[in-house]
Amino acid sequence: MSTLDILLWGVLPYVTIAVLVTGTIWRWRYDRFGWTTRSSELHESRLLRIGSPLFHFGLLVVIVGHVIGLLIPKSWTDGVGLSQQAYHVQALLLGALAGFCTLAGVAILIYRRRTTGPVFAATTRNDKLMYVVLVAAIVAGLVTTLLGAAGGEEHNYRLSVSPWFRSLFVLQPDIEAMSHAGTAFHLHTLVGMALFALWPFTRLVHAFTAPLGYLFRPYIVYRSRTGGSATRAPRRGWEPTNSTRRPRQ
Amino acid sequence: MRVMAQMGMVMNLDKCIGCHTCSVTCKQAWTNRSGVEYVWFNNVETRPGQGYPRRYQDQERWKGGWVRNRRGRLQLKAGGRWRKLMTIFANPVLPNIRDYYEPWTYDYEMLTDAPLGDDFPVARPKSLLSGEPIDIEWSANWDDDLGGAPEHGPLDPIVERLRKESEEKVKFTFEQAFMFYLPRICEHCLNPSCVASCPSGAMYKRAEDGIVLVDQDRCRGWRMCVTGCPYKKVYFNHRTGKAEKCTFCYPRIEVGLPTVCAETCVGRLRYIGLFLYDADRVSEAASVADEHDLYEAQLDLLLDPDDPEVLAAARREGIAEDWLDAARRSPVYRLAKQYRVALPLHPEFRTMPMVWYIPPLSPVVDRLTETGHDGEDAGNLFGAIDALRIPVEYLAELFTAGDPAPVRTVLQRLAAMRSYMRDVTLDRPRDESIATAVGMTGAEVVEMYRLLAIAKYDERYVIPTAYEGEAHQLEELGCSLDVDGGPGMVAGSGPFGEASGRPAPVSVETFHALRDRQTSESFADPGTPGARINLLNWDGKGRPTGLFPPPHEVPPHEVPPGPGDITGRSAATPSSTDPEEGR
Repeated sequence: MSTLDILLWGVLPYVTIAVLVTGTIWRWRYDRFGWTTRSSELHESRLLRIGSPLFHFGLLVVIVGHVIGLLIPKSWTDGVGLSQQAYHVQALLLGALAGFCTLAGVAILIYRRRTTGPVFAATTRNDKLMYVVLVAAIVAGLVTTLLGAAGGEEHNYRLSVSPWFRSLFVLQPDIEAMSHAGTAFHLHTLVGMALFALWPFTRLVHAFTAPLGYLFRPYIVYRSRTGGSATRAPRRGWEPTNSTRRPRQ
Repeated sequence: MRVMAQMGMVMNLDKCIGCHTCSVTCKQAWTNRSGVEYVWFNNVETRPGQGYPRRYQDQERWKGGWVRNRRGRLQLKAGGRWRKLMTIFANPVLPNIRDYYEPWTYDYEMLTDAPLGDDFPVARPKSLLSGEPIDIEWSANWDDDLGGAPEHGPLDPIVERLRKESEEKVKFTFEQAFMFYLPRICEHCLNPSCVASCPSGAMYKRAEDGIVLVDQDRCRGWRMCVTGCPYKKVYFNHRTGKAEKCTFCYPRIEVGLPTVCAETCVGRLRYIGLFLYDADRVSEAASVADEHDLYEAQLDLLLDPDDPEVLAAARREGIAEDWLDAARRSPVYRLAKQYRVALPLHPEFRTMPMVWYIPPLSPVVDRLTETGHDGEDAGNLFGAIDALRIPVEYLAELFTAGDPAPVRTVLQRLAAMRSYMRDVTLDRPRDESIATAVGMTGAEVVEMYRLLAIAKYDERYVIPTAYEGEAHQLEELGCSLDVDGGPGMVAGSGPFGEASGRPAPVSVETFHALRDRQTSESFADPGTPGARINLLNWDGKGRPTGLFPPPHEVPPHEVPPGPGDITGRSAATPSSTDPEEGR
């Protein structure tokens, strides 16, 4: 276990989480106006209609795959009688398929962004950096999946990466386990951490406000002129006299 | 009964001359920014025509508004909640920018900087989106005044529908053509489908006055509202990635001023006032089975402000006395419900729109006179309604879901008013039978004439201020001033300079601007940051110094040659306004 290992797998993850959390809070408090998808569908929709669902739905499957692979211990799947071989095959098929959809989707979107004049003109430097890291993360992830397929059962990440990932959350990082994972896994994890550190400062934040509440709220929203987020709550100690109102949230 | 107050507008189309002043002043006040170049919260369309955006009325294509499903309940035409979330990554029915128009500017610099040559320099159009030169092929008023009507007119969705019934109804040959203007703003509907479409809940209907707004801090740019609105009056700011829409000029309405479009209307055709309506029955009224009943159902929602029961219910809901008083004097209630001459736009979208229109009575008198009849005789006028140049069927498709009866009634009332008032003007005995023929009394006709023809500012705009309604919360104003740096520091100065940080509430900005103006000796000095003139507060008096940027200072040694010597300057110093250039 070298110093580099400790830095990469023992320190960096916490730095990433700290940046992700504080960055998101900062963005929410300071720049809620900038919290948007910044959609460019108004300019071009033909390619977007193919690329965007391909990318987003692919990504959702990829996320579910990560959750299963990282959070569910191997002993559990063994317990329900799923053999390592069977698990590997389904993870590989589903992962590769979803990964390819995501990559194809993002490729279409980037091609569209570069070739459609108004969309390219609306692309910021922030967007470009985000795209580089995002594509790197997807490619690295796909490479690890495919390497696993090419080499048969070369490396079982559920005995190295997954225990390390889970151990992060009990503040006992299993650096030893992670240091034994392959280079491809190391690379994918590092790029992934870079993506999460970048997340709060890019347009990716829109994912944090996925509008699931829409399924449950009444159709027509009424809001009073006062209250709501447009006016400030009085500062502590500045509540008006004779005010029985509680400070607005 | 749950009484709510709603700001409403009536436009008298007979008076609209299509000057677009409302559109221009609205744009100056609200959408003269980058990102909304193509946006007109207020636009004036020539009918028949395709409108803006192109063919927005064709809901088979754009899927706006509500439909009644088989179980008799309302559902969004573009699909329910699940469908919305499933198509959120690429909205299948979002208009493209070209359905509005690609905004452009001209390469004006070319006119002054072009090198001397044989040809006149030309300012070519270039796109405001990509910066590339473009060919202008469409814009918000491309078919204004029937321009290109033989080509564009048949694409009007209403013309298409009428022609399915009979080829004869709408003609575009010069002798048989007709047209009128239709100014449009957001309808501030009672049952707004844009609000229902917003996944993040950023759009809302204000409980006090029914104005529909977008919370810019909660909008996430999912674009569903643009699809949801059948009038296509919610727009996407492609720069900020947020939805924007007509605000009914709420900062003005709150202090009792009419909207900018109404204030500047040359024909004085707009009326603003309050409706009281029963919020509990809105869904029921919007889901009546027969589309032709929608107009009546909508009228039924409007409550009589003189009815003691309504007043008691309104007081229970906390509506202030001055608001009830304004509701009693409301010109829009009188025109829509009492005289029944104002009709809603496209009630078949089932959104219960609250901007109403008095349909235009075509130039009928002259036509009748030409044919040797007394053009102002009531009998002749009534007979002529169905032979008017603007087909009643066309107006019915716009205002009553295709039912010609209410339109005919309105036009007859307008015709009866002319005929009845002729006797009044000529001091002849009044013929009460004219009024009773259209179900009114003579006194009512005179009152309606007063409101339509000579009503002054304070009769056309009866707008209660926001303040009495919330007097108990006035201390909010005090709280809002204790921002960092204290009062006076409001005008746009966050930690990283102007426009950084969170925007100041409009009420605070308005308060400061008005106070500065009332307490200072002179007009604002444009040199001080934040002292620009806010058009929303400008009362139209004088020409404040800050209204226009200071004139460009020309260094004394480079005074341009006189008007007689046009070529001299461009030949000698092509672009030498900058002394540092060292030529």
